[in-house]
Amino acid sequence: MLAWKRLSRSKIIWPLITLGILMLFNLFFTPNFFRIEMLEGHLFGNLIDILKNGAPIMILAIGLTLVIATHGIDISVGSVVAISAGVVAMLIGGDLAGNPKYPIAFAMGAALVACIAAGMWNGMLVSWIGMQPIIATLILFVAGRGIAMVTTNAMVIWLYAKPFALLGQGYLFGLPFSLYIVAFLLLATYLVTRRTAVGMFIEAVGINPKATRFAGINARGILFWCYAFSGLCAGVSGLVVCSTVMSADGNNAGNLAELDAILAVVLGGTSLNGGRFFLLGSMVGALIIQTLTTTIYAFNVAPEIAQVVKALVVYAVSLLQSETFRARVAGMFARREVAA
Amino acid sequence: MKKWGKIFALVAAVLLVLSVAAFAQPKHWVVGFSQIGSEREWRTADTISVQNAFLEDPTFTLIYSDAQQRQENQIKAIRSFIARRVNAILFTALVETGYGPVLQEAKRAGIPVVMIDRDVAKEDRGLRLTIMGSDFIKEGEKAGEWLADYLKKKGLDDGKKAINIVELQGTTGSAPAIERKTGFANVLKSHANWKITRSQTGNFTSSEGKQVMEAFLKADKNIDVLYAHNDQMALGAIQAIKEAGLKPGKDIIIVGVDAVKGAFEAMVAGEMNASIECSPLLGPQAVLAMRDLRDGKKLPARIYTIEGIFDETNAAEALPTRQY
Repeated sequence: MLAWKRLSRSKIIWPLITLGILMLFNLFFTPNFFRIEMLEGHLFGNLIDILKNGAPIMILAIGLTLVIATHGIDISVGSVVAISAGVVAMLIGGDLAGNPKYPIAFAMGAALVACIAAGMWNGMLVSWIGMQPIIATLILFVAGRGIAMVTTNAMVIWLYAKPFALLGQGYLFGLPFSLYIVAFLLLATYLVTRRTAVGMFIEAVGINPKATRFAGINARGILFWCYAFSGLCAGVSGLVVCSTVMSADGNNAGNLAELDAILAVVLGGTSLNGGRFFLLGSMVGALIIQTLTTTIYAFNVAPEIAQVVKALVVYAVSLLQSETFRARVAGMFARREVAA
Repeated sequence: MKKWGKIFALVAAVLLVLSVAAFAQPKHWVVGFSQIGSEREWRTADTISVQNAFLEDPTFTLIYSDAQQRQENQIKAIRSFIARRVNAILFTALVETGYGPVLQEAKRAGIPVVMIDRDVAKEDRGLRLTIMGSDFIKEGEKAGEWLADYLKKKGLDDGKKAINIVELQGTTGSAPAIERKTGFANVLKSHANWKITRSQTGNFTSSEGKQVMEAFLKADKNIDVLYAHNDQMALGAIQAIKEAGLKPGKDIIIVGVDAVKGAFEAMVAGEMNASIECSPLLGPQAVLAMRDLRDGKKLPARIYTIEGIFDETNAAEALPTRQY
């Protein structure tokens, strides 16, 4: 009982329970959901799909976790995904024989530079000009999609350069390559934030920026780099998205991804009020969202009601996550015990 | 008094010149166009075609409004057209329902509304003048008929063996999704052994089409045919099929709709079997309709575009001429 109490206080347990419930549902009701086979040297199954298709949201969630920890928000990440996809696709070009216009590494680098610049723009507005984060990033949320449309001439560009497919479709040691990108970013972020004082600084900025500044910490700099990092993550996510379908679609790439990523961070236990952040929780949050999507496809929920089903599950998950709600329910049961 | 006479003569002269000019040249018309956005190259080609066609005719001014895939933006755009007292409104509906009140406002203001490509729901159709564009039901039927011919030609359909079809639907609630589904289902009725085993929305995008196909391939090993409501989803699904170790176009027959360039490239590569054309080049027809309207002619209740079917036999030949 005591162990459970300690466990229930740890933030990661509730998202894990949610993920477990979703998986349990699939175990009983969706045939073949857990079947994994070896196919042409890589693993193949719904679980692999969840990891692979969840990767873009997971990458976005890493950057957003830090931004949200500073009591900020970045709603431009979906549009930055489109910019990244647009830039890389334009530079690689839609040559049918698969010969890239510019070297693929250069194209990817240029896309990332553009996205870091986008993030820095957000960071500048928030940290130096002092704009409200939701408004500051709203600018790029709208303009970013326009920029993406301009880079692609509002056309969908199909890519045929084989090596670029590795990011979103390739496999390494039987697992999707995108997972290694997630793992690398996650590890790097973990080391930088938790093995140095940076993580604490970020949390301090999120709790009380004024006090943080008086304590001699460069609060502005921390804010600025968090947004720049979020831009970088959105850029990487855009490369993966583009590579997954080998096409750049200015209007649809990363469309509404910012909402999924924010939801992932919140489901993972990081509060929108800033302060403590949980990188692993955000990853579990992203997996919950992707599991839900894949479940809807695999279970063949009619598209007319799929959105409602999704909303209901998210609603239930949010209730489960809420400490106040859990306390209420626990209180109800406690009272009943007394009455008996 | 003499002075007044002079002024009167001048005014009369000016009026005369103006009225002669008005007779010689048709009245200048301002037309508002509410486009849903540019979700794919098809839409972009459609927008450019309409814009260019109106640019070429100096007696028209086109006010273009991009709704960025949001219905509320479209309703706002139409309200602003009404406020600016345009002569006519061209309108592509994002979804079928919810435009009743704003169309009522246009009707009360006496502004004719001509739908382009995507229609509104049945109960609101009395509020718009006509619709020009493709017949989505016909497209669905063409897809079904093409499939029947192809299966017969290849000797794959003996009328008894089950043909398992999976369907990637367009955006839920949109006219092309509903009608392409209906059209295909019409053909399905006369083939007792054809069965749609799975049908899910891929939202007209390649990435969602791919994700849905991935899930289909895991749940079901016996897929013979993929029918996608647009090429984007088909092209996404092709990549999922390849990742599953199957040969798209051979192990699974793939039929799409739209005939966009990417589909031609896939057909030439042998990875896709057919695409039913849904031509976006509606501009010239739109200008013609507006001229007829201005001249007081009655427009037909439906104006159809002329469209073809492309498959392995003619794709390579047509590829260089494709504009979208």
